[in-house]
Amino acid sequence: MRHLTPVPDPKPPPKLAEREEAKPRIAELERWATVLRIDCVRMLAVAKSGHLDSSLSAADIVAALYYRVLRHDPENPEWPARDRFVLCKGHAAPIQYAALAQHGYFPLEELMGLRQIGAQLQGHPDMRRTPGIEVSTGSLGQGLSMCVGIGLALRLDGLAETAHVFGVLSDGDCQEGQTWEAATAAVHFGVPNITAIVDYNHLQTDGTTEEVMDIRDVRAKFEAFGWDAVEIDGHDMGQVVEALERSRTLRKPAAIVAQTKKGKGVSAMEGRFGFHGKAAVSPEFAADALEELMATLEEQTKALHEEGGGES
Amino acid sequence: MPAEAKTEPTPTRAGYGDALADLGESHDDVVALDADLAVSTQAIKFGKKFPERFFNVGAAEANMMSMACGLAATGKVPYCSTFAVFAAGRAYDQVRLGIAHNELKVRIGASHGGVSLGEDGASHQMIEDIALMRAMPRMTVVVPADYNQAYRATAESYERDEPMYMRFGRPATPGVYDDIPETLGTGVDVLREGKDISLIGTGHMVWRALEAAESLEAEDGVEAEVLNVSIVKPLHSETVLESLGKTGVAVTAEEHRVVGGLADAVRQVAAEQHPVPIFAVGLGDEFGISGTGEACMEHFGLTARGIADRAREALVLKPIVSRPPLFGPEWT
Ligand SMILES: Cc1ncc(C[n+]2csc(CCOP(=O)(O)OP(=O)(O)O)c2C)c(N)n1
Ligand SMILES: [Mg+2]
Repeated sequence: MRHLTPVPDPKPPPKLAEREEAKPRIAELERWATVLRIDCVRMLAVAKSGHLDSSLSAADIVAALYYRVLRHDPENPEWPARDRFVLCKGHAAPIQYAALAQHGYFPLEELMGLRQIGAQLQGHPDMRRTPGIEVSTGSLGQGLSMCVGIGLALRLDGLAETAHVFGVLSDGDCQEGQTWEAATAAVHFGVPNITAIVDYNHLQTDGTTEEVMDIRDVRAKFEAFGWDAVEIDGHDMGQVVEALERSRTLRKPAAIVAQTKKGKGVSAMEGRFGFHGKAAVSPEFAADALEELMATLEEQTKALHEEGGGES
Repeated sequence: MPAEAKTEPTPTRAGYGDALADLGESHDDVVALDADLAVSTQAIKFGKKFPERFFNVGAAEANMMSMACGLAATGKVPYCSTFAVFAAGRAYDQVRLGIAHNELKVRIGASHGGVSLGEDGASHQMIEDIALMRAMPRMTVVVPADYNQAYRATAESYERDEPMYMRFGRPATPGVYDDIPETLGTGVDVLREGKDISLIGTGHMVWRALEAAESLEAEDGVEAEVLNVSIVKPLHSETVLESLGKTGVAVTAEEHRVVGGLADAVRQVAAEQHPVPIFAVGLGDEFGISGTGEACMEHFGLTARGIADRAREALVLKPIVSRPPLFGPEWT
């Protein structure tokens, strides 16, 4: 299946220095989100298991972070003053793997080993096996506490002014009580450099979040815990970037509740229940999904060319 | 400032607290976390000296363990203190994924292990934490016998890299070591030599095993060898096997369920390499109970007499099954 082999993006990610000099434009980021989505479909089609819909839901957030907002350097992954990214919803690992591979943390071919015995990429992020993973996740509810710990350590090292911690949470994360322990602690300890992005896609394993266990107004909850809290459309790249960049200037815990659609970008999956964790990516499904995403990519690439330069 | 050895009975948790505060002095990267029990766990001694490196998370043990993961992943050496029941029970999954799986240098100072905490009763008496933490991959399990060894265990924990679960106790405990030992060494110390039976204890049961050995000698003329296992996992099997090879029969003693605890650890080594009768003193299929600490220990037979009585039962079997070590030179 030749179409499943990952290919390097003809428009490679900008290096750290380039990003700092000229921030990638929204349209570019949208295109890169599609690149990551395509990688996810390919990976899952080969792996035959994993959480595609969960990965696609977070694609725009992850693209905004890795291609623009995060201060990270694949050539120096242990750089102490780097920003930290924590995928609290660790089951969406493929989307992070795609971003890491595209940035050169490991070869693109590794993506095809996802979940296979002896391969580097585990079902959930593993800091001991995969470069670029800050902490292992996969057990819902623990991630935000880890972010608080990282934020405190950076502050003790005098790095909190520059190094920011970004955690991506899910509906399930917000159902776990521990997340609210962490939310309490972040404010109590005055962690200045933490942003929690909730990928609020209203779907979980057993049904809609409203049916299973309604978490209601997550933004209001974070606000009640003393966080700065905004709500955005998690697939509107302009809003995503603005909220992320604003959050790092606040010097207080910041929550971004991103309204999203599970499976975003693949219309057969978008916002639909019944895909979570299923080996839904049959060769036919993958072919259709890839066709749709390739068309999107082509459109976005063309638009970029026509647009030429433009402001950030 | 060199640490001062204690000669009067002192809780092992005090050894943890004192050593932790001293570690804070000598190492800037040490941080301490507690879950609203800092006075009980003695982490308060660190907290008072280094408030900027001390994080009391309130009654939120899960959060504490995952925060420690984040701190350690970012270069700090966190010491997490709470009662053993919450450290190993409430926060098991957090310890498992965030700390053990990640092989992070986090130390869990679990105080009030066992039934000797007394009056609070079953809800607080953690009697399966050694089993849980032994079963957890990559986790080292340390149970010091007295204040002096607890001090050393804590101080030495900084020098090691692997994740560690350290169990301490509430009550003042008689000394086993006259001074603060130089090192934990292999984690198995022969405290008393003898040829007839091995008494293998851990934690609060070690001084009781020494007392049991005295009474066996005085009343039965039995020469018991006494081993203190301070590192229950990984168990230094050579020292244990050497003793079993000499005596051919043993009693283990722990303030813990015999399932998954020291008894199982010793029996596992013996079963594979030198099968001899090994009797166990510890809790059966039962939870703790309210009472004074001492009364609780007596209720479950966790006494010098309990150990001596088990030893007498075990010695009856010795002539029947005793034979040379499987792999010893005598075998050929
Ligand atoms: C503590 C814990 N409980 C249960 C699970 C199993 N699990 C994996 S994903 C998931 C829910 C997925 O829904 P959601 O959290 O909304 O994430 P999404 O994929 O929609 O972003 C569950 C229950 C887990 N990983 N961790
Ligand atoms: Mg969801």
